[in-house]
Amino acid sequence: MTLSLSLSRVSKKPAPRRNFRTLPVHLAMLAWSVVTALPLLWAVVSSFKTDNEILNQPWSLPASPQAGNWARAWNQASIGRYFLNSVLVVGGALLLTMLLGSLVAYALARYEFRGNRLVYYVFVAAMFFPVFLALVPLFFVVRQLGLLGTYQGLILVYAAYAVPFTVFFLHSFFRSLPGEVAEAAFIDGCSHAGVFFRVMLPMARPGLVAVGIFNFLGLWNQYLLPLVLNPDPDRYVLAQGLAALSVSQGYRSDWSGLFAGLTIAMLPVLIAYVAFQRHIRAGMTAGAVK
Amino acid sequence: MRHGRWRFLAGAIVPALVLHVVFVLSPYAQAFYLSLTDWTGVAGQAHFVGTDNYARLGGDSLFLDAVRNNALMLLLVPLVTIALGLFLASILHLGGRGGRRGIAGSGAYQIIYFFPQLLSLVVVGVLWSFVYNPNTGLLNGALRGIGLGGLAKSWLASPSFALPAVMVVLIWSSVGFYVVLFSAAIDGIPQELFEAAHLDGASGWATFRNVTFPLVRDSVQVAFVYLGIAALDGFAVVQVMTVGPGGPDGATEVIGLSLYRNAFQYGKFGYASAMGVALFFATLTLAVMALRGSRKAVVA
Repeated sequence: MTLSLSLSRVSKKPAPRRNFRTLPVHLAMLAWSVVTALPLLWAVVSSFKTDNEILNQPWSLPASPQAGNWARAWNQASIGRYFLNSVLVVGGALLLTMLLGSLVAYALARYEFRGNRLVYYVFVAAMFFPVFLALVPLFFVVRQLGLLGTYQGLILVYAAYAVPFTVFFLHSFFRSLPGEVAEAAFIDGCSHAGVFFRVMLPMARPGLVAVGIFNFLGLWNQYLLPLVLNPDPDRYVLAQGLAALSVSQGYRSDWSGLFAGLTIAMLPVLIAYVAFQRHIRAGMTAGAVK
Repeated sequence: MRHGRWRFLAGAIVPALVLHVVFVLSPYAQAFYLSLTDWTGVAGQAHFVGTDNYARLGGDSLFLDAVRNNALMLLLVPLVTIALGLFLASILHLGGRGGRRGIAGSGAYQIIYFFPQLLSLVVVGVLWSFVYNPNTGLLNGALRGIGLGGLAKSWLASPSFALPAVMVVLIWSSVGFYVVLFSAAIDGIPQELFEAAHLDGASGWATFRNVTFPLVRDSVQVAFVYLGIAALDGFAVVQVMTVGPGGPDGATEVIGLSLYRNAFQYGKFGYASAMGVALFFATLTLAVMALRGSRKAVVA
């Protein structure tokens, strides 16, 4: 949390006086801006070009913007279906993760009981294991439960792998909340669940938003898990579908359609970033430091 | 207040714990056992083979390629990313008086730099396979545009350039995150230290070496662990970008890719699990080394 404060301070600083020393600094900063932004802008611009323009003039602007590329990617190349699959799976997993994660974090942060620490470490230790280690057995566990290639299976697995970080992040958050309001609610006859849902959860909102955005990005960008657990092309999620399109020979010739699909895949993340950029940077850097 | 306490605690913890045990803990635990068997996915057909799988890893040339490539990535990706991140973060703070205040627009720069970190590595991989495309790509187009067309090549299909090309992509996608991380760490350094250095007439480099770097060292260590773990992966980028996949002559083969192919294409689940265990120990070693490093830093 101290990090988020220091981040927000950056923008409030008074503009420094003009100084000749800043020119080379700006040149270096601009150079990296170009390196970062150029490939992204190029992909967006290319998504409006014709195949012929892409093949012959990689640097030019489109003569007339081809909105048809986007329609073709969305409909014929199934990007639309993959997109909706992603929305469904990520939406379900996010809800489940936030519900289970906040319940566990709250119970462990605000209740003393035997084994409290053990349960905490059982959850949190899993964050430090590479997913590749679990991959083979996980495939068979999911298959045995009859969940291979189903939305429910993906949702459950996504949530299972997102809960540890959520618990880790929210645990300290619930600890820092004042106890008086909860005690008052208990005295007024509120149940334990009532205190959690009606008092503590609303108070923890900033933490929930931060970890929620973080989880959204992580789940939306999942690739390895769906690749192994979701073999049905009709249920492909966006990253998986895009990867399949880009390696299949059939679409290798539809450059403009692929660029459009790529741009569509970048959009939700870009929108989330524009809307929440301060939260995102603060939340992710805080997660890295703790 | 005691009323319903245990019922609430059980209701809060048990569902998540069941999910955790079934989908996270039990697979991790099973992997260690499977790595000692010759399981091919048919129930009841697993035989205990001891450390045979591990012995075979040593003679699997493609796996050794993967280890070599991952080791190279482990060395170079964190080093270059952190150097670039530290450089950009510290010059962001150079412009103002006393080497502390950010230059004008530093917030805007950070916003742009950070974006690639948010993209899925699949999206990044597809994007860069377009950039590297020999005929229509941005990179060769740029080289031809500035009269260096002779340098244009089929980057991902050439054994000596494929791995560097992949590493460039990993570095490109993560530098921004570390600029923001290090920048926040520099913001946390007390202003007086920079003012003192300034009054003593310290140069930019001296200030960086004696003030900035020692005080952001913890963040640098965290960055090494994060980037090291990312460099031990590389799966998505390699799988999406390179021909094969695994590149020409295993030039971009990584452990994750070997594991995936052995398990889900060849059905050698026991053997693949041994690779998973090897990867786990590599990660563990990395984390322990970083922890010991930070303890030393505290003592010193």
